[in-house]
Amino acid sequence: MTETNLDATATVDARGAACPGPLMDLIGKIRDVESGDVVRLLSDNEQSLTDVREWTEEAGNDLLEVEEADDHYEFYVEKA
Amino acid sequence: MTDHVVVVGGGTGGTVLANDLAERLEPELAAGDVRVTIVTDDPDHVYKPVWLYVPFGQREPADGRRPLTELVDDRVDVRIDRVTGIDTDAQRLESRDGVAPSEYDYLALATGSTLAPDEIPGLAEGGHDFYSESGSETLREELLSFTEGHLVLSVVGTPHMCPAAPLEFVFMADDWFRKRGLREDVDITYTYPIQRVHGNPHIAEWARPRMDDRDIAVETFFNAESVDPDGQTMATMEGDELDYDLLVAIPPHRGIDLIEEAGLGDRGWVDVDKETLEAEAAENVYALGDTADTGVPNAGSVAHYQAGVVGQRLASELRGRPATATYDGKTLCFIETGMDAASFVEFDYEHPPSPAPPSQKIHWAKLAYNESYWLTARGLL
Ligand SMILES: Cc1cc2nc3c(=O)[nH]c(=O)nc-3n(C[C@H](O)[C@H](O)[C@H](O)COP(=O)(O)OP(=O)(O)OC[C@H]3O[C@@H](n4cnc5c(N)ncnc54)[C@H](O)[C@@H]3O)c2cc1C
Repeated sequence: MTETNLDATATVDARGAACPGPLMDLIGKIRDVESGDVVRLLSDNEQSLTDVREWTEEAGNDLLEVEEADDHYEFYVEKA
Repeated sequence: MTDHVVVVGGGTGGTVLANDLAERLEPELAAGDVRVTIVTDDPDHVYKPVWLYVPFGQREPADGRRPLTELVDDRVDVRIDRVTGIDTDAQRLESRDGVAPSEYDYLALATGSTLAPDEIPGLAEGGHDFYSESGSETLREELLSFTEGHLVLSVVGTPHMCPAAPLEFVFMADDWFRKRGLREDVDITYTYPIQRVHGNPHIAEWARPRMDDRDIAVETFFNAESVDPDGQTMATMEGDELDYDLLVAIPPHRGIDLIEEAGLGDRGWVDVDKETLEAEAAENVYALGDTADTGVPNAGSVAHYQAGVVGQRLASELRGRPATATYDGKTLCFIETGMDAASFVEFDYEHPPSPAPPSQKIHWAKLAYNESYWLTARGLL
């Protein structure tokens, strides 16, 4: 289980999402929330480890934490 | 007692499901043990893939419309009305005209996607689309008079219908302008939200070199935040700007509001079990097609396969047997790579796609499928 104390405003469960993929789902959710809100993305796709980091840097959002759960990762992204 | 199955939505998923149930439940329907009703707000069934060809003058919007009653089995009760509310505890429906049934025993939601360009300031005024009937007709006027300048195809909405269509559009536009001797005066740019040209890495890998070869410029990590219709520029979440002369956008998509109001899922997408297609938040409710949040593409082929699964499961439940049919993520898409060549992909939850080499034969197969689609809707193919 995860140990983070971060509170997420919204969660995107993209586990099992092959196409169009977890990062697309995350971007869609980031659009919906307000600046300062934290979105939690659940993904079981290894590619997300690089994808999510690259995009958050590019878009100036903050990747606060990446947690490794039993069978998936949890990304906490704060909207700039 | 008669069990009442209500299907909401007369598009691909709902129509195929209603016909599947009519066939599968023939004895129960004849004996009056089961009733099947389909409720939809448009008397016509609309086949959206036709819209890709409208801007290029190759199809008319009317080619994608047929009266629903011509496509649905006589044993199914067709009601033209708009569902406006669902109470999943009481298993009741509200509707605009009171023509839809007010109660159900089993509910199947196949209400599809709707476009939400207003979510991006300036997009509705500054952009065009081929994702709606009216959009494709307006775009046709624009394209026919477009002889020079910068054509930008921007994928804004995620998720959106038919993930292949934006690629198809730029491949077709490239070929169309070349054949008309205008390509040297028309620059084409394709923008995509993530770091590659398609959500699926295999399709992206296949498409990218083809775009480079054909001089289709690419902007990745490009998420439009606003459009300035007067200045003809787009600004992105990543802090970039792009000028355009003609903007063709894939607008943001949503499901219908009442799904969120009923607590079934966000933005109108129903949270479902990805295999059984049962709603997570309610009993006796299924979702299929675009509105079912399964993580697979929003495609007609998906709606079609899912209809078969929901049909089998409902039949089992109505007969008091355990439902065993599951959806395996199967998706099938044709991808036009020009005006007379196409590729083809097939994949599921376990197997990634591997696009077939483009050929004229596959292009003909796509056109032939578009014609025979009406047999699919009627449950014959
Ligand atoms: C340009 C374009 C090209 C495409 N090309 C392809 C392709 O080549 N291959 C492919 O597989 N897919 C393609 N698609 C995608 C495909 O059209 C959709 O994925 C498919 O139509 C989804 O089916 P559905 O049953 O979920 O929804 P729809 O077919 O959209 O049907 C939804 C129905 O629900 C009705 N409805 C909605 N709300 C209510 C309500 N409250 N009450 C009553 N009725 C309601 C609507 O009127 C409509 O009849 C394309 C889409 C577009 C836009």
